[in-house]
Amino acid sequence: MDSLALGADLEPEPVVDEHSTVTLFVNGEETTLTVDHRATVLETLRERFGLTGAKKGCDHGQCGACTVLVDGRRINSCLLLAVTQDGATVTTVEGLADGESLHPVQQAFVERDALQCGFCTPGQICSAVGMLREAADGHPSHVTPPDTETGPVALDADEIRERMSGNLCRCGAYPRIVEAIEDVIE
Amino acid sequence: MKPFGYARPASTDEAVRLCAAGPGARFLGGGTNLVDLMKLGVETPRILIDVSGLPLDRVTRTADGGLSIGATVRNSDLASHPDVTEDYPALSQALLAGASGQLRNAATTGGNLLQRTRCRYFQDVSKPCNKRLPGSGCPALEGTHRDLAILGHSPECVATNPSDMAVALAALDATVLLVGPEGERAVPLTEFHRLPGENPDQDTVIRPGELITEVVLPPPVPGAASRYRKARDRASFAFALVSVAATLRVAAGRVEHATLAFGGVAHRPWRARRAEAELRDAPATPAAFQHALIAELAEARPLRDNAFKVDLARRLALDVLGELTERQQARTG
Ligand SMILES: Cc1cc2nc3c(=O)[nH]c(=O)nc-3n(C[C@H](O)[C@H](O)[C@H](O)COP(=O)(O)OP(=O)(O)OC[C@H]3O[C@@H](n4cnc5c(N)ncnc54)[C@H](O)[C@@H]3O)c2cc1C
Ligand code: SF4
Ligand code: FES
Ligand code: FES
Repeated sequence: MDSLALGADLEPEPVVDEHSTVTLFVNGEETTLTVDHRATVLETLRERFGLTGAKKGCDHGQCGACTVLVDGRRINSCLLLAVTQDGATVTTVEGLADGESLHPVQQAFVERDALQCGFCTPGQICSAVGMLREAADGHPSHVTPPDTETGPVALDADEIRERMSGNLCRCGAYPRIVEAIEDVIE
Repeated sequence: MKPFGYARPASTDEAVRLCAAGPGARFLGGGTNLVDLMKLGVETPRILIDVSGLPLDRVTRTADGGLSIGATVRNSDLASHPDVTEDYPALSQALLAGASGQLRNAATTGGNLLQRTRCRYFQDVSKPCNKRLPGSGCPALEGTHRDLAILGHSPECVATNPSDMAVALAALDATVLLVGPEGERAVPLTEFHRLPGENPDQDTVIRPGELITEVVLPPPVPGAASRYRKARDRASFAFALVSVAATLRVAAGRVEHATLAFGGVAHRPWRARRAEAELRDAPATPAAFQHALIAELAEARPLRDNAFKVDLARRLALDVLGELTERQQARTG
């Protein structure tokens, strides 16, 4: 069948390298590995590092289940090519705890029982950690009143819902997720 | 996904040179649209030229008091930049109304301007689509087009440009700076995106191998207020059905300065020049606003399922102009 894709013409393929070697600092450990250029950070974490906390939900940036922290910022690892991240620091849900003590966001999720099936939870938790940093750094959101003074943003339930809207939960655990994040803020 | 090469140039010159070197080379910003389309098989680059690490990541004041925004500045950093929140609030609001926190952390200014339509047929390689494969047809005309254009479309394509940021930039009279194999040039943002006409495969006037380096804003209009509002199917994390960006200055009850742009209604951010002309020196009253908006939207040619957008655009703009007027009057007395 003819492909209807752009650029699917019949020019001779130039010889290009389809792999590169990158160094990643994943949950505090330095690793150098060769990646297929097509591999996303999500696939690399799951298949090469055995870190299956970050989930492949939609694989298109729409659900947030793959959220991890890259250089401290939350990001959808399903749309991030591993080859672009040479030298980056990646923190997954597996790397949030400090030894035996859970990260405050993890602890709050446990205490509030902020999940049902748990599929979205690692993404929710990483997203919440990144989101709390953004608010502390004074980043406004869509629901922050335009005339708000600069400086850390106070997060009410509306702010939390808006800032967490990139993380879907099929089980509808949203009310508890918001409460868990409110607990962390207090 | 087809295998591809990868290069990370250190300078804009090297990026342009690498892109010109072979067919199938594409620039990569945050990848939130390009990688998505590669997974869908819509884009099949042979080599990605990663420009996300180029030294184009700064927001700086220009000599005349305007603002220069580097092409690799991330959407989240731009939205929270103090010069933007203070002097160009509509731009910050537009960015924050788009995508999600995670996506905005990755998305770049250049990539946002060149993101492709969300028309479902464009994204589905098993379907015909004139934008993806010129001459194959436009199933959206008779198919699912509730989200698509009401203004400026052609029988070849009724897609909309999905960017929120670009709508604010259109109302703010931004300019796009480009560098390519033939040198540098500047294009007003309102002329950067095209109407589909007979070649909807071209979203913009960018030439092959051209790199966006900067977006430049003129100095903010003294005393004017600006606002971006977006109507969508859910409260957050959804593309616009219709959006409005406006700047307005009112003095002694009359409009001294007004710019207005609509999103979600056309193949490009729709700068409402007709309404602006009607608004100039008009009384700042709902009746005058209504009159100007009706004049602008008289041109609308809705499709079977999207006539609601004409009314939505009018009401949303009326609200925004009313809000901006009230804010100005509260301030001046
Ligand atoms: C689930 C989802 C929801 C979204 N919702 C919204 C929304 O509500 N509103 C909205 O506005 N957007 C939305 N987006 C789109 C998002 O804003 C864009 O994907 C993003 O802005 C693209 O930027 P990028 O840097 O990731 O671009 P990339 O994906 O890297 O590139 C996009 C295009 O730009 C080209 N390019 C990149 N940089 C340059 C440059 N400097 N010079 C020349 N060409 C360049 C690339 O070759 C490619 O063709 C959504 C995306 C997703 C996945
Ligand atoms: S509206 Fe444009 S993008 Fe959508 S199917 Fe028709 S030609 Fe393709
Ligand atoms: S798997 Fe990445 S957003 Fe859904
Ligand atoms: S707990 Fe099941 S998807 Fe969120």
